[in-house]
Amino acid sequence: MDFSLSEEQLLLKDSITTFVDKDYLFDVRQKNIKTELGYSSDFWKTFADLGWLGMPFSEADGGYNGGPIDLMVIMESLGRGLVVEPYIPNVVLAGGLVSRLGSEEQKQELLPKIISGEIQMSVAFSEPQSRFDLNDVITSAKKDGDNYILDGYKAVVMNGPSSNSIVVVARTSGNQLDKEGLSLFIVDPSSKGVSLRNYSNVDGSKASEITLENVSTPASSLLGNEGDAFSALEEVIDLATLAISAEAVGIMEKMNEITLEYTKTREQFGETLSSFQALQHRMVDTFMAYEQTKSLLLMCAAKLTDKSDDAKKAVSALKYQVGIAAKHVGEESVQLHGGMGVTDETNIGHYFKRLTTIRAIFGNTDYHLKRYSAL
Amino acid sequence: MNLSFSEEDLKFQDEVRSFIAENYPADIKNKMDNGIPVSKEDIQTWQRILSKKGWFAVNWPEEYGGTGWSITQKHIFQNELADANTPTLVPFGVSMCGPVVYTFGTQEQKDRFLPGIINNDVWWCQGYSEPGSGSDLASLKTKAVKDGDHYIVNGTKTWTTMAQHADWIFCLVRTETTDIKQQGISFLLIDMKTPGVEVKPIITIDGSHEVNMVYLDNVKVPVENLIGEEGAGWNIAKFLLAHERTGIGGIPALKREIRRLREITSELPLGEGFLKDDELFMDKLNKLEIDLLAAEYSELRTLAAMSKGGHPGPESSILKIKGTDLQQGLSDLFVEALGYYAHPFMSEDDLISNEGRIGPDFAANVMPHYLNYRKVSIYGGSNEIQRNVIAKAVLGI
Repeated sequence: MDFSLSEEQLLLKDSITTFVDKDYLFDVRQKNIKTELGYSSDFWKTFADLGWLGMPFSEADGGYNGGPIDLMVIMESLGRGLVVEPYIPNVVLAGGLVSRLGSEEQKQELLPKIISGEIQMSVAFSEPQSRFDLNDVITSAKKDGDNYILDGYKAVVMNGPSSNSIVVVARTSGNQLDKEGLSLFIVDPSSKGVSLRNYSNVDGSKASEITLENVSTPASSLLGNEGDAFSALEEVIDLATLAISAEAVGIMEKMNEITLEYTKTREQFGETLSSFQALQHRMVDTFMAYEQTKSLLLMCAAKLTDKSDDAKKAVSALKYQVGIAAKHVGEESVQLHGGMGVTDETNIGHYFKRLTTIRAIFGNTDYHLKRYSAL
Repeated sequence: MNLSFSEEDLKFQDEVRSFIAENYPADIKNKMDNGIPVSKEDIQTWQRILSKKGWFAVNWPEEYGGTGWSITQKHIFQNELADANTPTLVPFGVSMCGPVVYTFGTQEQKDRFLPGIINNDVWWCQGYSEPGSGSDLASLKTKAVKDGDHYIVNGTKTWTTMAQHADWIFCLVRTETTDIKQQGISFLLIDMKTPGVEVKPIITIDGSHEVNMVYLDNVKVPVENLIGEEGAGWNIAKFLLAHERTGIGGIPALKREIRRLREITSELPLGEGFLKDDELFMDKLNKLEIDLLAAEYSELRTLAAMSKGGHPGPESSILKIKGTDLQQGLSDLFVEALGYYAHPFMSEDDLISNEGRIGPDFAANVMPHYLNYRKVSIYGGSNEIQRNVIAKAVLGI
């Protein structure tokens, strides 16, 4: 039994940590999220130059053959820096689907550009009624000669606004909740009939509402086999769930550090807050919540790496724990900061906001508890 | 034991209900029901409607314009206001400064300040907290030095809600430095237009501007603006904190909100059905409702004791903790109900235009409310301080 990282993984961790500590300053981030793009294209270029964007892809596709543990290392470190650049929707989700299902042609067209940071992509999987069920898809795709006609509505598509192309999950057959009959299409958002409503999320990320109205897309835009997308989609979302859980673990670790430091300096009643036992115990509890989550994170990364039979179950166990701990650590960190915790100028509130959206992304505690029980 | 209202009380309830139905302006109701921010003018309009009816300063003694209502009637009134989703009354004048002035002020001060409060012509804010003095309020450092017939005030106040709209601020200031920090504090009323008063906004994590820093730089305040004796400010502060805590539980509004959430579970689509089909979610909603019921009856027990002549004692600390726990818990359940649609952030302009909304109509306010309501366990004496109060005053430890 060995939970330690390899030498390469330690170097990767070091390089991201150095970037985050030296370059990814809080006020720079705050300025960037207020721009139209919502993040820094220079930083994105840096991610490409340092090889982080190519990590999850095979060497054949131009990547570095990284596995779930490398992804965990990247996201945990990015989480500590509250990095808003869209790694998960672009690299993990869209890149993950293209690398798993794409034809040679599709892979050659898209993956080098994802790895070099030239293009942005996203995956439109959720709909207003679907909540977290990946199989719940109303958006339809009907064969029409050499083309498919897409109709439907996609909700809260992460990284939609800056995407050069969007992978749309659509139903080519079956009923609303069927796992069979789902297909993926690579759609150019400037196509006729595609309209995007772009906006900012509360955590500073960007998203879109996407309406597809009689959108004609060539058969060559089909990603993978018709009607057969569910298992790959589930696998990629599971990997993204590990990634976002790692981000949450990084955020919680950082929030606990910031809060502990704050209570050591803030004085009331002639003593530092950290000297009050009632508050000490609460920081012990948030520390334990972090530790418990970190343990499941490592377990889950290892099981995904080994492709264990119970890997899916491990993902749901992890995300359930993330949901519980994120609420606990997030709310307590703000409370222990007192009024300062609710101000826009203090970083703790922004960590809290991201941690809060993570609770729901790819499924909240209820969803994953049910999935865990069912698996 | 009798849990029901008397016939007289029920008649009163009908009277309040129909008054609100007939007099609550449709445009303000529309804003409140649709989560569009209400302006100072909206609040002023509504408070003046109540004031004209004689129903604004409900807790004041009748001689100063109060209602003379029983505790039960006041309870019914608050319930009806919340039930109709009317704007929350701004407490700084009517619930805070007013009671201080009629309890501790001179006749001259009463004549000068009370009419402005009850008529809604003068808006007040509260100058208590300072950057170094939060839970440890008595450590405040803002200095008032007597100079002839004036005090010269220097210091910084923070978390001052609505200071940007206020005409006057009531302040705790230090008139003397003593070994015991609770001594030497005085209660001073300051006109916000006085030279040297500067207000700077504090933006909170939900993106709103409710609170401010108030800088006081050599502000000249006439000595006749001192309430009570010099150095007796801490007693006034304690009196006021007890006032602030009654009703801080916000039980009537919680009842309205939980009812709304239940309606929403039948409106929000989930798969081929609705959110109400999700047993895990409904369990949480039902648990919260039971907890709310317990808090409501705790409040009623306190009210019943008060109507027999008791005082709101440390029980108000229990209501503050439970009420704010419930407010935060419920705001979180709204977030959970929305799933991804809790995440889009709408600016105030988007809300007013009503076009920029994403997802269900009510969604835009849900996450800001959850974030904003982190404050309720921090303000009004943090819940940690309230627990200290209960430990000391109730458990005797």
